Amino acid sequence: MISKFLRGNIALSVLAVLVSFVVGGILIALSDPTVQSSASYFTARPTDLLSAIWNAVFGAYDALFRGSVFNYQAATTTGMFKPITETLAFATPITMAGLGLAVAFRSGLFNIGGTGQIIFGAIFAGWVGINLDLPWILHFPLAVLAGVFGGALFGSIVGLLKATTGANEVIVTIMFNYIAALLLSYFLKTPFLQAPHNINPISKPILASAKYPAFLGPNFRLHAGVFAMLAAVALVWWLLNRSTLGFQFRALGHNPSAARVAGINIGLNYVLVMAVSGALAGLAGTSQILGTEGSLTTGVAASFGFDAITVALLGRNNPFGVLAAGILFGGLRAGAVTMQASQGVPIDIVFIVQSMIVLFIAAPPLVRSIFRIRAKVEAA
Amino acid sequence: MKLELRGITKRFGALAANDNVSLVAEAGQIHCLLGENGAGKSTLMNVLYGLYQADSGQILLDDKPVKFSGPGDAMAAGIGMVHQHFMLIPVFTVAENVVLGHEPVKFGGVLDIAAARKKVREISDRFGFDVDPDAIVGELPVGVQQRVEIIKALITDAKVLVFDEPTAVLTPQETDELMAIMRQLRDSGRAIVFITHKLREVKEVADKITVMRLGKVVGEAKPSDTAEAMASMMVGRAVDLEVRKTPAKPGAAGLEVSGLNVWNHEGQQVLNDVSFQIHAGEILVIAGVQGNGQTELTEAILGTQTKHHGSIKLSGHELLGKTVKQVLDAGVGFVPEDRTEDGLVADFTIAENLMLDRSDRAPFAKRGVLQLDFLAKFAAEKVAQYDVRAQGIQAKASQLSGGNQQKVVLARELSRELKLLVASQPTRGLDVGSIEFVHEQIVAARDSGIPVLIVATELDEATQLGDRIAVMYQGKIMGIVPPDTDRTVLGKMMAGLSA
Amino acid sequence: MKLSNKTPIILAVVAFLAVLIAAFAPSGTTEIKFQAEGDLLPLPNIDVSVMAVTWFAAILMLLLAAYSWFRRLVQKRSSIAWLSPVFGVLFVLSVLTTLYAGKTMTLTALLQGSLSLAVPLIFGSLAGVLSERVGVVNIAIEGQLLAGAFCSALVASLTHSIWLGLITAGIAGALVALVLAVFAIRYVVDQIIVGVVLNVLVMGITNFLFSTLMGGNLALFNSPPRFDTMPVPLLSQIPVLGPVLFVQTPIVYLMYLAVGVVWFVLFKTRWGLRVRAVGEYPKAADTVGIKVYRTRYMSLMIGGSLAGIGGAFFTLGQVGAFGKEMTNGAGYIALAALIFGRWNPLYAALAALLFGFSENLQFGLAIIGSHVPSEFLLMLPYALTVIAVAGLVGKVTGPAASGKAYIKS
Ligand SMILES: Nc1ncnc2c1ncn2[C@@H]1O[C@H](COP(=O)(O)OP(=O)(O)O)[C@@H](O)[C@H]1O
Ligand SMILES: [Mg+2]
Repeated sequence: MISKFLRGNIALSVLAVLVSFVVGGILIALSDPTVQSSASYFTARPTDLLSAIWNAVFGAYDALFRGSVFNYQAATTTGMFKPITETLAFATPITMAGLGLAVAFRSGLFNIGGTGQIIFGAIFAGWVGINLDLPWILHFPLAVLAGVFGGALFGSIVGLLKATTGANEVIVTIMFNYIAALLLSYFLKTPFLQAPHNINPISKPILASAKYPAFLGPNFRLHAGVFAMLAAVALVWWLLNRSTLGFQFRALGHNPSAARVAGINIGLNYVLVMAVSGALAGLAGTSQILGTEGSLTTGVAASFGFDAITVALLGRNNPFGVLAAGILFGGLRAGAVTMQASQGVPIDIVFIVQSMIVLFIAAPPLVRSIFRIRAKVEAA
Repeated sequence: MKLELRGITKRFGALAANDNVSLVAEAGQIHCLLGENGAGKSTLMNVLYGLYQADSGQILLDDKPVKFSGPGDAMAAGIGMVHQHFMLIPVFTVAENVVLGHEPVKFGGVLDIAAARKKVREISDRFGFDVDPDAIVGELPVGVQQRVEIIKALITDAKVLVFDEPTAVLTPQETDELMAIMRQLRDSGRAIVFITHKLREVKEVADKITVMRLGKVVGEAKPSDTAEAMASMMVGRAVDLEVRKTPAKPGAAGLEVSGLNVWNHEGQQVLNDVSFQIHAGEILVIAGVQGNGQTELTEAILGTQTKHHGSIKLSGHELLGKTVKQVLDAGVGFVPEDRTEDGLVADFTIAENLMLDRSDRAPFAKRGVLQLDFLAKFAAEKVAQYDVRAQGIQAKASQLSGGNQQKVVLARELSRELKLLVASQPTRGLDVGSIEFVHEQIVAARDSGIPVLIVATELDEATQLGDRIAVMYQGKIMGIVPPDTDRTVLGKMMAGLSA
Repeated sequence: MKLSNKTPIILAVVAFLAVLIAAFAPSGTTEIKFQAEGDLLPLPNIDVSVMAVTWFAAILMLLLAAYSWFRRLVQKRSSIAWLSPVFGVLFVLSVLTTLYAGKTMTLTALLQGSLSLAVPLIFGSLAGVLSERVGVVNIAIEGQLLAGAFCSALVASLTHSIWLGLITAGIAGALVALVLAVFAIRYVVDQIIVGVVLNVLVMGITNFLFSTLMGGNLALFNSPPRFDTMPVPLLSQIPVLGPVLFVQTPIVYLMYLAVGVVWFVLFKTRWGLRVRAVGEYPKAADTVGIKVYRTRYMSLMIGGSLAGIGGAFFTLGQVGAFGKEMTNGAGYIALAALIFGRWNPLYAALAALLFGFSENLQFGLAIIGSHVPSEFLLMLPYALTVIAVAGLVGKVTGPAASGKAYIKS
């Protein structure tokens, strides 16, 4: 029964991804100059158009593959396997933040504030990573903890507001994203974080003693944060399914008033949920600042706040699903870079494909109807 | 106008909520539709009103087949409905609510609110309703809101009027007034369909009675038939309308409530100087029309009301000001009024629902880790003990019938070491079999020697279950009387007149 | 009538802040310049004493706060609606004169800039009002603005018709709203999810087309004509306000019209009553024969077209070309304005003006070399909205059914 249910869902997710890639392919074809020019003499030589379309779409998706999974064109073995590490490097913060949002969604809280919580994690971790002078064994865990704490703190303010005043968390987290970004921008222009003698909004570099070990060597962006991500997946699964806290979170998510009548402290749990959720986003912030980025800039959260929402949805708020979705979108991000460099397809195609995937996932009847229509056409 | 429903069938998935139902309501008659909760009465009326589309069957008005694709069509054809759950918009005025859907307008679709007011006044005067067209509906008492619903149904000059369980929210006096209104409407030549499961009301106003059970019409009854006969038609077997219990053997005072005042979020006082005692081994029923402070009283005991003054002592220990958890730990069992809203987590399994109150402590959890093996054993035991009919302990609560859901709630609440049981409308919406089971459990709890507090809105349940009855009106206890007190006296108390 | 202590408390706190400002304000004067270019009746600049203004504001605020306490405690009546806005204006006046101490404040320019920044916010918040009032949360305002900005630039460039561009903007906004509506209503997808995702989708598509299509031939695809200002005869001659309000492009006049019309339609017409009924209790609306889904689709799409036109203001009204992500979060500020304005078109427009003002102030202050960090001015809309939803300034509740799908059986 349950496995059947799951299979149905997974099939749907795969189809949704497929449809989105097809739409992406259409856009790529339409915007390709060769396609455009051969379309103008379509009636004269239709094959030209078809081969142009094939070249454009295949070329783009081939580049996507080479950039995200395996680069068969690379000269060295390292070069061949680098793409998959790039995918994982992108997947690390996305999955971490996605886990955070999944915890919130499961608990009935619509945390749109991944961006703000990542930023706060990065500010806290960054400050510790820049300003303390300690051996790695102390400095690194301290910096990570600071980041986790920063995210948790910023998240729990939302929970506290909701618990005490009933403020809608969707609105508050949206507003907090902007507040966090503006605060970061302010800190990067003041001595609190700005590198001395620098006119740009950028911090001093993070000390080596605070960084995630680059276990593949300096040529790879992938760092030990990927193990933290795997640990976080396991931890969140355990939290949600095997612990009292997770049980209470889920009770809150499904029916807060029944939870309250059964003696569960709703207000406290709002704060705790948002703290856990924010902590995971903060962890994503540490992966950025202590892992891939050398110093703090205004772009530290990139689009990971949005990505986190999409992976939580695509992964159906299940930790392992989030991991799978995180790797998928990490791959899109990594591959898009190659796609742009080698085929001139703008990186923004990723946003299009990603949003379409989420829309299709969210509306199963739509996907089904697309395939029913296709089936009919084939039959005819 | 004559209304005929012919062979109506309406399915929700596998469930046939209406199975080949036929019924004829004549002009100038009150036609009672009698049936247990879930018999399919509302479904049938929603089909008539165009809210649901029947899977098969016909609707005829004056012998002509009609087809309603929405409520708009039904209203245009002369059908009006007073819904079981009021279809009023709380933030709108009476006039706005009444004209909604067929608003009088001036040039270019501009609302003519003066015309709307006038219409409300007209109908209100004609039937002696006394409703202010400019009042905000959400601020009106339920009885008046119901009149707004009736005005709304009359404004389209409905010839067939459906009242879906209209008395559930009324005092006995208001019920009498409503009956008078129904007679008046009947005498004006309208066909009235009156849905209820209360036999007393049926006997009082019905000209004709159709009885439904499990989606089917099981027959007709005459107003002169005995209540027992109608009840067994409704239920499908001989029913004993009595609650079996031995006389109470009250012990020492268990629960002592004194000088309790409670204010709601809006700052209105909802409980006013409430004082009473319940002895060990005694059932005290709080009777009264819904919305007179009963909910707030039980919530004050549970600890979910925040603005309060006074005292609630259980075996000498103060409960007021404690958290819900502390109250439950003090030995209070709590069966909430709305089991799907407050009693259960619909998406949780039976097992998970059974540990909702104790997920943080041994033996259900150790140092924050759930003990799922213990839970499985415990749940299997309870499901057997309470005869919960389900696929297994992993079945979701949402898949259970109302009666089985209530059994899960009872199983959970009664499995703690109790010093007090509080149950709010514990049989609301249940079938007769489940009602009997719930009553047995409540009596058993009493006989185990604890005080029991029951909130009942139906007088029959109050008088049968209670060892004493406290009547509440507008947040006050009007008096505490023995269960054999005369109904009219109880009715007066429920309407705010002292006994 | 329920009484709340919140408003009097807040007023007292703000009044106290004003006293602090007055006490610590620098001595000296602030010069206020009213004149705008081309003014027919030149007004003299006036010098005001910072001390005088701040103390005047502080004392007036203290008196008003005292009055609100008097009403609350002695007369036992609730606070009056105009009190809070008046307080706001006095407080801003006091802060401004302090910031500009010893400097010149060009009032007209300050207000003109604020209005310009507010125009898309107002259009956006009207879109939000129309969709939330009918029961659909509209997080996609940003996407609607951006789609309007892009399509208006594209079509106006291709056709050389500014009006066609404007109309296309409305259609584009309505289309985004249609997608929102289809997913929210037909497929019952969570409205917040659809909104958030749509914003990113529109951003992705416009960025993509900007790089590929427009990037290929800027002259052809991205050089739309721009609206010229059209001074309204007579009205534009009113001192101070004339140049601010009535020397504007047609889009701005359209905005004035839209605010009034949306307000009138929502609160005075049959259609508006139905819209609000659907947003409060769709089932009740359904039972009186109102077509819930159709009303939702219509209200949403009309809103979307307004937001689209608001988006065109960026391209046809201001910049004269489309730029990547040029709406830059305006949709979210519009959302804030609509909540701060309590789902009322007039109040939402006022809130948008306030937000536009606070955004514009950074430029005014930069000119005089003030050290107030611009980040904090930019933060104001977001912070105020959080304060509003936290219920610190009166009770803020939206339409009851907003955000909830209605499923007909
Ligand atoms: N919209 C619905 N979807 C699914 N089941 C329904 C729906 N409405 C009613 N039912 C089911 O149909 C049966 C009859 O319900 P109803 O007509 O409300 O009964 P009554 O009004 O007689 O108490 C019940 O079992 C109820 O659960
Ligand atoms: Mg019913």
